[in-house]
Amino acid sequence: MSTSGSENHTNYLNDGYGVKSWLLTTDHKRIAILYMISITLFFMIGGFFALVIRLTLLSPNGTLVSADTYNKMFTMHGVTMIFFFLIPSIPAVLGNFLVPMMIGARDLAFPKLNLLSWYIYVLGGIFTLSAMVLGGVDTGWTFYTPLSSGYSHTNVVPTVIGVFIVGFSSILTGLNFIVTIHKMRAPGLTWFRLPLFIWAHYATSVIQVLGTPVIAVTLALVGFERITGVGIFDPNIGGDPILFQHLFWFYSHPAVYIMVLPSMGIVSEVVTCFSQRKLFGYRQMAFASMAIAVFGFLVWGHHMFVSGQSVYAGMAFSALSFLVAIPSAVKVFNWTATLYKGTIRFNTPMLYAFGFIGLFTIGGLTGIVLATLPVDVHVHDTYFVIAHFHYIMVGGAVMGYMAGLHFWWPKITGKLYPEGLAKFSALTLFVGFNLTFFPQFILGYLGMPRRYHIYPPEFQVLNVLSTAGASILGLGYIIPFFYFMWSLRKGKVAGNNPWNAKGLEWLTPSPPPTFNFDKTPVVTEEAYAYPEEDLAGG
Amino acid sequence: MDNEQLTHETRSFVAHQFDDLEQQKEAGTLGMWAFLATEILFFGGMFMAYFVYRFSYPQVFAAASQYMDVALGGVNTGVLLVSSLTMALAVHAAQEGKRKQIILFLIITMVFGTVFLVIKGVEYHHKFVEHLVPGFDFHYEGAEPGKSEIYFILYFIMTGFHALHLIIGIGVLTVIAVMTARGRFTKEYYTPVEISGLYWHFIDIVWIFLYPLLYLIHVHK
Amino acid sequence: MFNIPLFPTEASTTASRVDLLFFALMGIIVLFTTLIFVGVIFFSIRYRRGSRASRKGATSENMKLELAWTIIPLCITMGIFIWASKLYFDMHVPPKNAMDIYVVGKQWMWYIQHPEGNREINTLHVPLGKPVRLILTSQDVIHDFFIPAFRVKQDVIPGRYTTEWFQATKLGEYHLFCAQYCGTGHAQMVGTVIVMQPWEYEQWLAGKSSGVTMSSSGEQLFTQFGCVTCHRSDNTGRGPTLVGLFGKKVLLQTGQTVVADMDYIRESILDPRAKVVATYQPIMPTFKSQIDQAQLMQLIEYVKSLGGSQSASKGNKK
Repeated sequence: MSTSGSENHTNYLNDGYGVKSWLLTTDHKRIAILYMISITLFFMIGGFFALVIRLTLLSPNGTLVSADTYNKMFTMHGVTMIFFFLIPSIPAVLGNFLVPMMIGARDLAFPKLNLLSWYIYVLGGIFTLSAMVLGGVDTGWTFYTPLSSGYSHTNVVPTVIGVFIVGFSSILTGLNFIVTIHKMRAPGLTWFRLPLFIWAHYATSVIQVLGTPVIAVTLALVGFERITGVGIFDPNIGGDPILFQHLFWFYSHPAVYIMVLPSMGIVSEVVTCFSQRKLFGYRQMAFASMAIAVFGFLVWGHHMFVSGQSVYAGMAFSALSFLVAIPSAVKVFNWTATLYKGTIRFNTPMLYAFGFIGLFTIGGLTGIVLATLPVDVHVHDTYFVIAHFHYIMVGGAVMGYMAGLHFWWPKITGKLYPEGLAKFSALTLFVGFNLTFFPQFILGYLGMPRRYHIYPPEFQVLNVLSTAGASILGLGYIIPFFYFMWSLRKGKVAGNNPWNAKGLEWLTPSPPPTFNFDKTPVVTEEAYAYPEEDLAGG
Repeated sequence: MDNEQLTHETRSFVAHQFDDLEQQKEAGTLGMWAFLATEILFFGGMFMAYFVYRFSYPQVFAAASQYMDVALGGVNTGVLLVSSLTMALAVHAAQEGKRKQIILFLIITMVFGTVFLVIKGVEYHHKFVEHLVPGFDFHYEGAEPGKSEIYFILYFIMTGFHALHLIIGIGVLTVIAVMTARGRFTKEYYTPVEISGLYWHFIDIVWIFLYPLLYLIHVHK
Repeated sequence: MFNIPLFPTEASTTASRVDLLFFALMGIIVLFTTLIFVGVIFFSIRYRRGSRASRKGATSENMKLELAWTIIPLCITMGIFIWASKLYFDMHVPPKNAMDIYVVGKQWMWYIQHPEGNREINTLHVPLGKPVRLILTSQDVIHDFFIPAFRVKQDVIPGRYTTEWFQATKLGEYHLFCAQYCGTGHAQMVGTVIVMQPWEYEQWLAGKSSGVTMSSSGEQLFTQFGCVTCHRSDNTGRGPTLVGLFGKKVLLQTGQTVVADMDYIRESILDPRAKVVATYQPIMPTFKSQIDQAQLMQLIEYVKSLGGSQSASKGNKK
């Protein structure tokens, strides 16, 4: 197939150097880089808020910052991390870069729309950032009414405008992926030959397209309520504040799957490559991704078990929430089975994938605890919930993002990162993460409510542990930042396929040429067609 | 899509990322359908809120809907339906490659769209004069002013978002008309005209739901 | 400082039942986590690159295995679901003999009224071994009444009544937290639940009592606001009589019937034209701006005292 072996080939990075060639690019790979830079920025901002939160919680008296400041910190931590980092993270960066390459296309179906998505993201970011700079917002990222609509005195309106806008960036990215995956696959690339990464992005895109508009309109309603002073959710005139929660979670629960599904896709790619083995249960994995996307829309009510909704509604949502756990379990089992009789290498992406499997297992199983009605009554809105969703979103989604970033870094930049340091920081992340969030499970069951900056003194030791863990976790994020930067100049040249991986993206030079392939590849085999028996030592 | 900077690759209508015209057409059409799915969910959120309150306070909603101008709303329904017809005629003209006809029908469609907006503006003005705009000196004579206010705020938000879509629709048609004039479409390739038509019909259909749900509640009673 | 609790006190009848379920779940979690961790670690060592372990017969499809690990977890979760639903149901239905205590949440304090007339702020005294039902509402935003030691939690919502119940099993003082974020002072919206011996509780009631019960306060309000001129005891007023009303079905002008529960009475005071009783005129004015949440509860307690069906007094409708 089409590869030009030369090191100095024309590629997407040296195809124009001016600012304009970046800001007006329609190349999905350059747009991916633009996204990578912007989400890293938001990750740092969100990380700073987390730092303030953890430092405040060192002492039970909450003396570091005032109550108002603390409330703003966790609100803005949630808003930036969820809407501006996690949701765009894998789809907009790695998905953008890889979806066309993995299916043998020259670009996404709508390259200009793709660029527009990024500008929309930036515009949304500017609104939300200015809301933060002008004094912040303190409603919690969940914007529950009537607190958000009538009682908070902070910058709710610019924040919800920002989130409203950024939603459309997410919708357009999803739309672009759906059309691209449907219509632009290379000859011979049938649905069941697609890499799981593509399946995962397809499932994610469906959620983005169908879920995001609902939160957009819901937050618009909150905005109107604040501007006019008359509310749709205002109990004083007969409005129903619980309706807001239904509409909010109709998106925000599936949004969790927007974050974790692409991560699962990455893990499938990484586990097969570093086991040199076909994925176990390919079809089940593909169906599981779709099942998660579909069932994900039916479980929002499990966020509302103590909201006063009827007992029967609670039971129905509980049963459906148990069901959505099954495809996730199937995925974990299949990854584990893929290792069986593989030829396993322990490169950094694989370590992150192991991290994902372990942490996602714990996160998922504690999700079962939360789906169990009477136990949820006790742990709802406590640190148990915080720990659970950080295991899913940081232990799951971010670990997957790191796995993917390391796995495809050679493809994206043409350079290798330093393996030893990378392994060290992966280990640091894993240890730091567990030390940060495991104590929070215990805190939660003890009854420490979330969003408290003052807490009873008996919870202090566990909180101090958590903060100590967070500092290790922070280190684990800072090291990769530096060695990635370093590798751009000093890293070893990667070559087309440093991992001996399968998949169309590895057939083309690193970094890839502007139109990805010199000649459209023709696919003749299934995904992950690693040689049947790579004899020991191979 | 115009791809001025990429014309070195091909002078035809096929954008660089597509293999052939067929693929480009299919992608455009699927893209619009996916976008309409998003739109349905967007309005779906508002309809959900509407139905929750309509079923909680049926009498209040019926009473408040009497303040709607059924006649003006009816005229507007007619205007939009006719605009959908002219839009369909524009697409038909595009199929036959009749450039002047396309432009003519697009302009007529936009005129009808504008008429709709003007009438809507008149209705909004009436509501403003009658103090029925929530948040702007709202004053309601009938029973249950609070719950009625929910009806009115939903009325303004739903029809407001609908009007916003219509404004965007007129903008899109303007672009399409200009592109037609520049000869961007042929008998073989007119997908942008077709999918703008889909969008326009969608806006029309949303109104077909809004009109009875907002204006005709009391008639039904 | 180094007295680090790792598990919360069990101080209610519910607590031990919730904990049992929690331990069962923990067992499942430990089992599956171990299974996965051991599997991953064992396979990666055994089949590391360079190891001589045989790779013969490696497959990537096994329908039986796929079915097994779909169906077994499904059965386990459905088993838990049934167990959990039973307990959840019990946690929602208070025993018939439960005593009522009224709670108003507002930014950022808990205002508590006992039917005997005692009022307290951020403290809740309850007797040991007696089922207590809390009737909760909020004056502003959504709060949540959370007592970890009892494993109970319930959102406190403006514009409606919710309930939660418990039966304390252990003397002592326990944390009371607001668990639903409610603005600046959320973390200070905390208090103490004090479980006393029933006789101590009686003493406390008598000692601290203003001497005016909630229902007699309600009766005073009933006179003060002039309710009594229309709602007479003998059905001769311009409004329907309230005697024997509570918990009964009421026929409305629209032909529908509603149960006269707490939410109905509350709505009828604040928004009298929403549900007008058949054969009466919608002439009652609203008392929205004159009555606060605590007084509303007193009026409801008064209406309750006029008789009716106590069993239908669940606040948690919808």
